[in-house]
Amino acid sequence: MSELFLVAHVAGRGVAIAASQVESVVDIGEIVAVPRAEAFVRGLAALRSRVVTVIDTGTALGLAPTPDDVRRAVITIFEGHHYAILVDSVEDVAPSERLPLSSGMALHRGWASAGIGIVERDGEPLLILDLAAIISATALAA
Amino acid sequence: MTGLERGARMDDLLQEFIAETRETLEAIAGEIVAWEAEPADSARLDAIFRFVHTVKGSCGFLDLPRLARLSHAAEDVLAAVRDGKRTPDTALVNAVLGIVDRIAAIVEAIDAGASLDDADEDLLIAALAPDAQPRAQIQAAPQNRAASRSVRLNVDLLDHMMSGMSEMVLARNELARRLRDSDVDPQVEAALERLSLTVADMRDTVTRTRMQKVDALFSALPRMVRDTSAELAKSIDLVIEGADVELDREMIELMRDPLGHIIRNAIDHGIETPTERRAAGKPLTGRLIVSARQSGNQILIEIADDGKGIDVARIVAKAAEKRLYGVAELAAMSEAAKLDLIFAPGLSSRDTVTAISGRGVGMDVVRANIEQIGGRIVLTNDPGRGLRIVIHVPLTLSILSTIIVGVGAQRFALPRQAIEEIVMVRGNQVRIETIGDAATVTVRGKRMPLVSLGELLDLNGDSPPTLVIVSTREGDYALGVDTVLDTEELVVKPASPAVMATGVYAGKTLPDNGLPMLLLDAAGIAAVAGLRFTPVIAAAAVVEEVVPGVPALLFDDLDGQRRAIALAVIDRVEPVPTEAIRWSGGALRLSIGETIIPLHAVAELGARTEVAVLRLTDGESEMAYAIAEAIEIVALPTDMAPARGTGPIAGVVMIAGEQIELVDPHALFAGQPVTLGSLPVCLLQVDGSGWMETFLKPALEASGYRCVTALAAGETAAVALAMEDSPVRETLAPVVTLRRTPTAERDDDPSIYRYDRPALIAALAARRAM
Repeated sequence: MSELFLVAHVAGRGVAIAASQVESVVDIGEIVAVPRAEAFVRGLAALRSRVVTVIDTGTALGLAPTPDDVRRAVITIFEGHHYAILVDSVEDVAPSERLPLSSGMALHRGWASAGIGIVERDGEPLLILDLAAIISATALAA
Repeated sequence: MTGLERGARMDDLLQEFIAETRETLEAIAGEIVAWEAEPADSARLDAIFRFVHTVKGSCGFLDLPRLARLSHAAEDVLAAVRDGKRTPDTALVNAVLGIVDRIAAIVEAIDAGASLDDADEDLLIAALAPDAQPRAQIQAAPQNRAASRSVRLNVDLLDHMMSGMSEMVLARNELARRLRDSDVDPQVEAALERLSLTVADMRDTVTRTRMQKVDALFSALPRMVRDTSAELAKSIDLVIEGADVELDREMIELMRDPLGHIIRNAIDHGIETPTERRAAGKPLTGRLIVSARQSGNQILIEIADDGKGIDVARIVAKAAEKRLYGVAELAAMSEAAKLDLIFAPGLSSRDTVTAISGRGVGMDVVRANIEQIGGRIVLTNDPGRGLRIVIHVPLTLSILSTIIVGVGAQRFALPRQAIEEIVMVRGNQVRIETIGDAATVTVRGKRMPLVSLGELLDLNGDSPPTLVIVSTREGDYALGVDTVLDTEELVVKPASPAVMATGVYAGKTLPDNGLPMLLLDAAGIAAVAGLRFTPVIAAAAVVEEVVPGVPALLFDDLDGQRRAIALAVIDRVEPVPTEAIRWSGGALRLSIGETIIPLHAVAELGARTEVAVLRLTDGESEMAYAIAEAIEIVALPTDMAPARGTGPIAGVVMIAGEQIELVDPHALFAGQPVTLGSLPVCLLQVDGSGWMETFLKPALEASGYRCVTALAAGETAAVALAMEDSPVRETLAPVVTLRRTPTAERDDDPSIYRYDRPALIAALAARRAM
């Protein structure tokens, strides 16, 4: 069964994000730091009349931190809170079929817990990223 | 609380009851008509049953005996119909509806302040009887309905209004921000100013619609505590604090059950009986403190008792026994995790189920209910000294008065109510010192810990020029900041878990400048900074009443005689069904749940279906004493005339000019008749448990000894008594040692089983003769 996926780039890789997890894609404004929070919490940003928690996706995945000038973010709601997941770029939204992770495929670091499947796009496989896993990244960053 | 306030609250409750009853009546009008047309239709019954049941419940509380009587009668009949014991016919339906109409008429009369003749109410009730003759419908009195000054609203609607309101505030903020950035016509600014004022006013009003004083939750507690403690024969001093803290109306409703459960638990399981308390060296009266306070965007409701706390080892043993966790798993748990087991489903900390609590719906349900409303529950256990339970509930949406502080380049909000004062370091009133590695500050002679916010948050290591004196529940401390900027009213919302995990923030907010801001949690900062405050235990405000003599319960016995028994031996007073009492194995026995305890009754139970029993305990074993009715607690006079003959009566005392027989608990527990002797002195080497004074003394006095716990000058004891495990004190008198077990460990053990009355009396006599 085909569902909609947002195709984006995170840490230099192409990934797919289930459209059901995406509220919107925005460019966020000034980020206010949250001292003492985990490194993957970049800070807080205002989105219209709402305050979102900005997630440094690179750090959350256990990779290099997302550069400071990255402002594009995927807004998602998890357990009643709004989060902005920083992404390098967003390509488009396309229907695709969710495939299981190929057996024997060795994912490492954050990819292992955030990757929950594969979609084929123009013959190229893209990892499906679970935003919820990135948000609760305390465990995977370790 | 003054009588006037109580009256005002009663009025509120009454108004609520009237509005609710009126509304339900309107809602079930259709059901009534349908039932009238089709009496056999049992589906209609439920709505009407619920109605009379609710009315009955409210009436008891509001003290409306007429309504209570009517609704009770109707409920009984409807219950019989529901159980199939009666078939609904037209006569029955008419009779029930007659009562429903009358309830409506009375409610209207109460509201209008009019009086309503109650002459025919007996007829209305009589009409419910199965053999009642069909009678003419009673005409409802003309309704003089007062114009209602209140409207009942759905909470959803208020919610909607509230969220619309906060969006409006934010929209105004944004508008103000945009206008500030550009040159605007002063007239536009004036208009904005007016808008701001109106919005602020509206916001206050809308907020108030949802808020209610937490007093609405606490007002029922004194009664509940009184009733519960009376049932358990415990004496409890309830202290309520912070009743004027306001909380979301709906939250108050949702808190009702969990709070009630926790308090009943505290009384039943936490606070000990007077005997146990005396043995533990505590004041006889237990203390229960219920308080509410606001902390950031949370309301904290705290229930603290000075009882025995939670026996963690026992909880762990129970969890192992019920196989909730493996033994190894339990052993590996931290103390906190072990304490947390109290919330495990199906684990009740007490072995026997009582009428008050511990029916299996335990703390697990309480926690689930609290978590459901976004709250959490924290236990602080101090074994032997008490238990403190703090329930944190969010203020779903709160508008907070804050002070904005600056540290480095960042700003934070601090709840204004947490701030005592703001002082400048450069003033000569303030001295900063370092004690060991702890920074402290002395402000006008008061020393307190100093926390540099810049250092704590890693923003600015310089020594802060401004100190905000913050007051938390545990104690005060000084928070060092770079600047204090402004005061602002903010809509605070909960921050995401990743932010809350830091422990120093209470929420997030979006002020006028459009930059998100974090609200600091004063208590959280103290905890993260590692401040340790010595808990200040509020000194007991009440001085223990000096009761002349030993307190005793005065009661009417089954044979009609008025008797008294030492209060200390009573664990609780409770009604039991007579069918739980059997003559078996040569004695009367009472079954309570799975256990059987001996029962003493001085007369036949007769045709009673229920009888009150005194549950007596000596701390180890239990027995019951059936009585007709408990009268009151009295102080026993010091003089007692020893009883002649046998039976469990220690003697006769004068209470309020009447001769009252004093029941001898030792005889009851020993199950032996009392004999008489002369009056030699018996020295009791008491061990502090009170057993000797309570159990042994009356028995020995009845046996003709005069018992003392210390010898007066020149007095010599004929014999002394000591427990096996307490050291025998130097005494000239021969000593009889008592042991707790029926059989001795060694054959040559000369000690006597403490309930072996003949042996004890014989041993005393023998030693005395030596």
